[in-house]
Amino acid sequence: MRNKKRTLYIFVYLTLAVMCIFTLRLWQLQILKGDYYRDKSIKNRVRVIRLPAPRGIIYDRKGKALVRNAPYYIVSLIPELTEKVDTKALSQLLGMTEEEILDRIKKHDPHSLEPIRLKEDIPFREVAYIEARRSDFPGLIIETDITRQYPYHETAAHLIGYLGHQMGNKRMSDGDELPEGTFIGQWGVEHLYDKALRGQPGRKYIEVDALGRQLRTLQIIRPVKGQDITLSIDLDTQMAAERAFGGKSGALLALDPNTGDVLAMVSLPSFDPNIFIKGVSEKQWRRLLRNPGHPLLNRVFQSQYPPGSVFKVITAIAALQEGIINKNFKVKCTGEIKVGRWRFRCWKKGGHGIVNLRRAIIESCDVYFYEVGRMLGIDRIAKYAFAFGLGRPTGITLVTEKRGLIPTTKWKLEKKGRPWYLGETFNAAIGQGYVTITPAQAAILISALANGGIVYRPKLTLPEPSEVISRLPLRKKIISFMKDALLGVTEDPRGTGWRARSEHVRIAGKTGTAQVISHTDDRQPSRIYPKDHAWFVAFAPVSNPQISVSVFVEHGGHGGETAAPIARTVIEAFLKGNRNG
Amino acid sequence: MDKKGLRALFEVKHIDWLAFTAPVLLSVLGILTIYSATRPVLDSIHPSYYIRQSIWLVIGLTAMILTSMFDYRRLLRYSYPVYVIGLLLLLVTILFGHKGMGAQRWLRIGPVSFQPSEVFKIILIIALSKYLSTVRTPLTYWQSIFSFVIFGMVPFVILFSQPDLGTAIMLLLIMLVMLLCKGLERRLVLSSLIVLLLLLPLTGKTIWNGLKDYQKNRLVAFIDPGVDPKGIGYQIEQSKVTIGSGKTLGKGYLKGTQGPLRFLPEKHTDFIFAVFAEEWGFVGSLLLLSVYMVLIIRGLETAYYSKDVFGTLLAIGISVMFLLYVSINIGMTMGLMPVVGVPLPFFSYGGTALLSNFIAVGLLISIRKHRFTLFY
Repeated sequence: MRNKKRTLYIFVYLTLAVMCIFTLRLWQLQILKGDYYRDKSIKNRVRVIRLPAPRGIIYDRKGKALVRNAPYYIVSLIPELTEKVDTKALSQLLGMTEEEILDRIKKHDPHSLEPIRLKEDIPFREVAYIEARRSDFPGLIIETDITRQYPYHETAAHLIGYLGHQMGNKRMSDGDELPEGTFIGQWGVEHLYDKALRGQPGRKYIEVDALGRQLRTLQIIRPVKGQDITLSIDLDTQMAAERAFGGKSGALLALDPNTGDVLAMVSLPSFDPNIFIKGVSEKQWRRLLRNPGHPLLNRVFQSQYPPGSVFKVITAIAALQEGIINKNFKVKCTGEIKVGRWRFRCWKKGGHGIVNLRRAIIESCDVYFYEVGRMLGIDRIAKYAFAFGLGRPTGITLVTEKRGLIPTTKWKLEKKGRPWYLGETFNAAIGQGYVTITPAQAAILISALANGGIVYRPKLTLPEPSEVISRLPLRKKIISFMKDALLGVTEDPRGTGWRARSEHVRIAGKTGTAQVISHTDDRQPSRIYPKDHAWFVAFAPVSNPQISVSVFVEHGGHGGETAAPIARTVIEAFLKGNRNG
Repeated sequence: MDKKGLRALFEVKHIDWLAFTAPVLLSVLGILTIYSATRPVLDSIHPSYYIRQSIWLVIGLTAMILTSMFDYRRLLRYSYPVYVIGLLLLLVTILFGHKGMGAQRWLRIGPVSFQPSEVFKIILIIALSKYLSTVRTPLTYWQSIFSFVIFGMVPFVILFSQPDLGTAIMLLLIMLVMLLCKGLERRLVLSSLIVLLLLLPLTGKTIWNGLKDYQKNRLVAFIDPGVDPKGIGYQIEQSKVTIGSGKTLGKGYLKGTQGPLRFLPEKHTDFIFAVFAEEWGFVGSLLLLSVYMVLIIRGLETAYYSKDVFGTLLAIGISVMFLLYVSINIGMTMGLMPVVGVPLPFFSYGGTALLSNFIAVGLLISIRKHRFTLFY
């Protein structure tokens, strides 16, 4: 032995050094990163299973369910156990190609603990079949979610909307955290009231071992069902309205003039919201987008057209209220009016002869309103148009609305850099030229007349307090005169809206025609449509208005031809089903 | 001689109580930890590992007491024949042993499985100590070669082909340390170091090719555990999770989850320290480490007090053995070293290892007790 003491001291120091290193390492693992590793050990053994909350049901005003909840089965893989799965055997079990499975595994976010979804919306028969063979595939689980079925398919699709899969984890603005793949309302009422409908998903915490065996349940937080919502629409009226269009494109909004409740809301062509549930395929999506009928557009709020003669209601009221004319004011209609080099024609060749205001409204004489428009001036017309809710959003939150356009002299100077011309007043006075409105605004307009001058914000659910946006200071006499004149539109033998006449109820209305002959569709400029758009606004019963409705038929020709019968059908359907209301 | 031995039996005051208590404490904690680590998760029977380990504890304790009463110098006479028998036993294991985890390490005698390589550790240390105590310091060139081949290469090759790489490396290291303690010519040490460095690229490849796949994987995983956390890096990562999740005071006895739920492989054998650290935390782990430290330093102190060269070398060999096993095992579980199949002395499940470790401590007690007796 050479220097025994020194040799042994080397070993003692070596031992102490090893202990020091171990102490430091333990400090690092257990103290510095202790929380991290504690968390990892919990994540190892605790698996969280989401218990979906049944979604609130959407009812119509009579309590008919417009949507149904249905179970939705998903076959998924636990990310930690993907290595242990025989993908070839799995592909046979699920009837998918092996590449598809591997692709789904590869695309999964490696940091996410959510299971990898392999196949969704599996029919129940198949679920039982897979469940029986699940023990051969560690990490294969069947998740259950709750989805929607829309039993009425295209009916009120723009209103009800649809559910879709959440893309990526998202913290909602209302504070709920929703993992990827959960269903959320993406459109319509499903979207608007999503927070209430959604409910509170539950959670089940289970303990698993390394083989993926479920050992015991640690904790269950039960899901809370979402709130049911009752819409103000009447399904029967809605369906009657959709049928009445007879396959034509267009829009319809029926309101309760006394509250602003939406009773029916039609935008055609429509779409089947059920296709969005499975996750709409790229092909389907493209077909929807490229469809020349634009089925996803909510024409009620998102399309705007010249109101045509419907606008004469505004011009007439403005003239009466401003004291420019009285109801006995007469004009001789020769079929046209000349301003400088330009001729402004009446729709009736040869003219109406001498007409007073009531007759001008009933027969929709253009020349009469050219004359009244000249006397009023555009800015006074615009003042009343604004007061009736035109030129601004109706305030519904369902969709982003078009505002429509009510021109003024100031507007023209600012936007066009040119002064206002008299000819433009002529056009505006009969609802042509720059003036555009949405079908929703048309309904607001006629409702305000029906209820004596109150503009309500349209609302979708019951019970919900009415919200008055503005009140028109109209004289009672003017209102009753106008109602009587509009009644004449449907009941007078020469009334343009005679097709809206009903045996059961007295309907007041006004026709309108939006000219498109010299005017190209701005969405597809190359295409020129042969026929004008048809308008009809109405309310009934005249003595005690319960329903007001605006109808817009794309390329429907004269308002009286196609739009008026639809309005009558809707009014009759509603009043038949809601007699006591 | 006999009289002396008999008298020593009653000289209880010379018994090293510290060296006696430490391994008993460690193995009791070990059995408790084995019990916890092998808890069944569903309502099935508790595996009997802890009962078998308890039986081995009784056997080991008896062996330690007997060995400590025995004058270690009497080993001098039988050490060479026993060494030869030990080598033969290792060969027999390769030929007739039964397999476990890709290696041929066990001999079955009746109901008892027996791991000859664990006993061979002690036999090697005794034989080498005897040889080194009979030669002069420093060893001559030929003596160095001779001891390197006989006590180093021969057992290494046999163990490597079992394959029991862990034990093979451990024994080679113990042998080299003992040779260095005895004293080699400085020139020889330097030149062999140079040769080793030059040969490393060459032999490195040969060794790499000779490794089993799981051994290669362990090395790769050690260098970069993040390569594939679900595959080869899994053990290391889960071991760190197990230790780290204990935090300061641990999850509490029988509250550990990583072992029973099988997230940690080899939970009651090679990775048992992690299970202990999970349940007892930083504080418990430090206390456990200090018990090992006390045992090792006590062994080194025994070597210092020993009056003869054989006793000194024996005590150094045993202490170094404990030091290496503890460092490599715990270093491995903490992710400081590649995964080598080396058990934690007195703690890991394994009867043969427990028995031979108790015998080793018995020898230390014997050496310490006889420090006052003169040479005959």
